[in-house]
This record gives sequence, structure tokens and C-alpha cells, in this order.
Amino acid sequence: MSELRKIGALWHREVLRYWREKSRIISSLILPLLWLIVFGSGMRNVALPGVDNYQIFIFPGILGMTLLFTSVWSGVSIIWDREFGFLKEIMVAPVSRTSIVIGKALGSGTSALIQGFILLPLSFLIGIRLAPQSVLLLIPTMILLAIGLVCVGLLLASLMNSMEGFNFIMSLVIMPMFFTSGALFPISSAPGWLQIFSYFNPMTYGVDLLRWATTPGTATTLPVYTEALLLLGFAAAMIVACSYTFSIKK
Amino acid sequence: MLTATTMKQIYAIETFALTKRYGKILALDQLNLKIEPGEVFGLLGPNGAGKTTAISILCTVNSPTSGTALVNGFDIRKQAGKVRRSIGIVFQDPSIDDRLTGRENMMLHATLYDVPSSNAKKRIIELLNLVGLADRADSPMKTYSGGMRRRLELARGLLHSPEVLFLDEPTLGLDPQTRQHLWSYIEELAKQSNITVILTTHYMEEAERLCSRVGIIDSGRIKVVDTPANLIGALKGDVVTVVTSQPADFLARIKELNFAHNAEAVDSTIRLQLSDAEKKVPMIVELASANHIELKSVSIHKPTLNDVFLYYTGKEIRSEEAENKLRSTMRAIGRMR
Repeated sequence: MSELRKIGALWHREVLRYWREKSRIISSLILPLLWLIVFGSGMRNVALPGVDNYQIFIFPGILGMTLLFTSVWSGVSIIWDREFGFLKEIMVAPVSRTSIVIGKALGSGTSALIQGFILLPLSFLIGIRLAPQSVLLLIPTMILLAIGLVCVGLLLASLMNSMEGFNFIMSLVIMPMFFTSGALFPISSAPGWLQIFSYFNPMTYGVDLLRWATTPGTATTLPVYTEALLLLGFAAAMIVACSYTFSIKK
Repeated sequence: MLTATTMKQIYAIETFALTKRYGKILALDQLNLKIEPGEVFGLLGPNGAGKTTAISILCTVNSPTSGTALVNGFDIRKQAGKVRRSIGIVFQDPSIDDRLTGRENMMLHATLYDVPSSNAKKRIIELLNLVGLADRADSPMKTYSGGMRRRLELARGLLHSPEVLFLDEPTLGLDPQTRQHLWSYIEELAKQSNITVILTTHYMEEAERLCSRVGIIDSGRIKVVDTPANLIGALKGDVVTVVTSQPADFLARIKELNFAHNAEAVDSTIRLQLSDAEKKVPMIVELASANHIELKSVSIHKPTLNDVFLYYTGKEIRSEEAENKLRSTMRAIGRMR
């Protein structure tokens, strides 16, 4: 019970930090808008198999991208906590490492979700009519994806000594995850070697489920339940991996 | 539940051959320390002596290679959770979240240490009053000055009513005025409650003013433990400091004469401990001119904790303040020749 309160307190801290940085919230909306409006309308007439309207096609992809960037960034930002010393205050407190990881993941996940929700109304701009049940399906998908990705960020942070390695992570982890996830083109139209990467990329299932939720009736790469289970497995495995890494690290 | 165990214990902290090895470096070498409840204990030592290692092991953030310690009667190896709940820590480096307000930082700490929230609210106000930050409780930490942050950390360390408070270089990098303020808060705290305080410091003045006992640590070993007054008293007579360009030569000559209780050279400075220093200074000057050794300065002063420190570690403590004090006190004879 007391561990739950502690997780809650750590969650609250993350959300407060996010909420106080209004400029970051706004600036992080610019990139998805550019993709959606500029890139999306430019590619309008490109024919891709199974894609009627390119803007509608990439909307869930851009939603996924926003979650990816925000979540991994939030996870990696624990380096600031380490550099500015706050991590020490948490690490020396009578609270389990698992609670620290869960608090951080939930808090950062919440920030990523807020970011995602700000994007949702934009779907109307490009002609998507979101049904209430679509939103109900989007929420758990976004939560699982965000939690898993925050932990990816936390794991990466444990390998880094300073923020200087961030560009490396951007080009070696974040961008490849984005490009092979099927956010910008259907995986089925990619060459076989690229598809292999996609199947190992948890983002693929996240984006696929987001697409399935926003545009009902679209076919998914794997059966929906399999994808949902894979995403759940991804989030759970990442939390376990992070707790383990934190408990061995001092 | 805590009091049942503390009844039995005699010491607030007791270490048993506490040892920490980093590869080939022995950071702590069989450390044996006994600190009584209610004491303000100072751990003094040059950089890299093992002070911070000792503190971090006692706080259970670091684990010893061998040996163990009891903190409030709890074993640091087996009862880390109980140790953590019973201690407060102010780290050497800042450890607050600067996006949150003072009160929010305190509230987070209260939750992490299981302080019931109704209780916590009252206590936070009390403590913020103690450190003079009540009017700034709801300003974000980034608007606080260095000294204010330090005070908040002190208040935060006390929030869960710890029995032992660790202060690792509490006034490092603060201006003299802020340092004075912080000292009076710590003094007030030691007077009002029977909390045990363990502080590490570079500032001898700080140790002399605050500590009931000090332990001098060097290369991971405790050299001596006593009250500052006893330690200073044990250095007989006065301290004469001689600066010369040929320290090794001159030291040899002085040792031949055998009139100093203790003589040693650090860089170009020779430090002598002798009785009736005023009468012996002319002898020192004569000795130098007879041997054609150039003296840059000779000064006499009463022994301070700094001299005690030098006596046991043979190292100049890296503190601009302690050094200035040494140079400026009783500069008896200026440049010779």
C-alpha cells in the first residue's frame, strides 16, 4: 500500500515537471504537424497498395511517432536526474527499485499520452471521424506503447554517461524504430529484408493497432489479439528489464 | 518498533572493520568507529581520504567489501531498509528537483519516507520556519540561491525525524555569511533535539565550532578520535611556520638541534611545534643565516585544528579559508634578509 503511494508520488513529480514546461509541449507538436500536413499532403497522390488516403494512413503512424519520441526522450531524461543529483534522493529513500521504475514509466507515459491526446482532435482536420469506441481502443494501446518505450529510454540511459550520446540514440534507435514500424508506408509493400526488421520492432504492432483503432476495417499484419499480446509482453518485459538494471546499478 | 531496538543499542553508529576496495585502491581500511547518540561528530580528512565512501556505505547506497556497521542498531548489510528510514542525508552535491517548489520537494520526500500526509504538512511548515524558508515554500527551486537550496535540503533531511543525520560537506561552496547561518541552524538543531549528526568537512573552523568530537581519517584509516579541545591541547606549545627555498636542508639542521617536539616539511613550508616559540624564533633565524639558507618568512601561532590535521595527515587541507587563517595569524617576522 505504501509502495503504491510512493509510485503515485513519483508519477506526480513526472507529470508536474512535464506540465510546467509548456514551451516543450508546444514545440513537440510542431514536428507531427509538419509530417501530417506538409509531408502528408505532398505525398497525397502517391499510390501505395492498400492505401486510399495517405494522410489518413499516416495519422496513426504520426501518433505512434509522437509517443516514440516523447517516451524515449522522457526515459533518457533520467540522465538529467542523475546529473542534477535528484536521482540520489530517490535511490537512497526506502523505496524499491521496481517502484522507482514503475513511477517513472507511468509518469513519462502520462506525459506521452497527453501529447497523443492533443493530436487526436487533429484527425478531424484530415477527415477522420473517430468513433467513441475507437478512442477507447486507442487509450490502452497508447498506454502500453508509451510504458514500453519509456523503459527503452531508461535502459538506454543506463548505458550512457551523459546527454552527449543522445544523437547516437536518435539515429541508431529512435529513427530506425520509426522507419521500420510501418508508420509511413505499409510493411507489406517493403522488401523482405526490411520486413524482418519490422517484425522485430515492437513499434510495428503499436502503430498497427493504432491504425486498426483509427480506421476500423483495416487489416493488421498479425491477428489483432496476437499484436495486443505482443505489445503487452513488450511493456511487461521492459519494466522487468528496467527494474533489474536499476537494482544492480548503484 | 524502532524504539524497542534502540533501547538495547549503545552507539548511534558502530563500525566493525569496515573495508571498501575499488580494484587496487583501498578506500576504507578496517574502519572502526563508535559514535554516541546525540553527538555532533566530524569526519575530517584530505580529498580522497575515504570520507564520502564511509558516509555512502553507512547510508546503504554503497556496499562494503568486508566488515559491517550498525546504524541505529540496524545492520547496514542486512537491514538496509530500516537503516534508510532512520537516517537523514544532506549530500555533498545538490539533490533537489529544481522544477518543483520547496514544498513539493518536501512533500515528495515525506511520501517516500512514509510520513503520514497530515503529519507531514505540519512538519514541513515547522521545518521551513526553522531554516527560514517559510515565505518561499511555494516558489520553484530554480529561483532559490545556493544557500537556500542547501537549507531546504537540510530541512528535507530532517522531515522524517531521523535519529542520525549525515551532512556531507554541508557548507561547501557557500559564501561565508550563508555558512554562518547554516552553522547556527545545525547548532540549534543539536541543542533542541538529541539527534546524532555526522558531518564531513574541509573547513577546520566548521569542525571546531560544531563538533563535539572529530575523527581524522587519511588513506581510509582513522588516525585519531577526540574532542577538538583535547586534540589541540595535545599539540604542545606553539606552531612556527617557516617558508624557505631549501626546506629539506633546513629541516635536517633543525632536527639536529632537537628543540622542536615535531618538525615536518610540506612543499617549501616547514612546520615546527615547540614550547616558548617567541624565544626560539631568533635561534631559527640565526641557524638559517649560519648555514646560508634563505628564509622567506617565519610566523608563530597558537595551534588550531588545522595543525592537528597536518600533524596526523601530513597534508595541507585544501581549503582556502583554513590556509588564509594560518597565513594571517600572528605573522611575527616578515621577510628576512
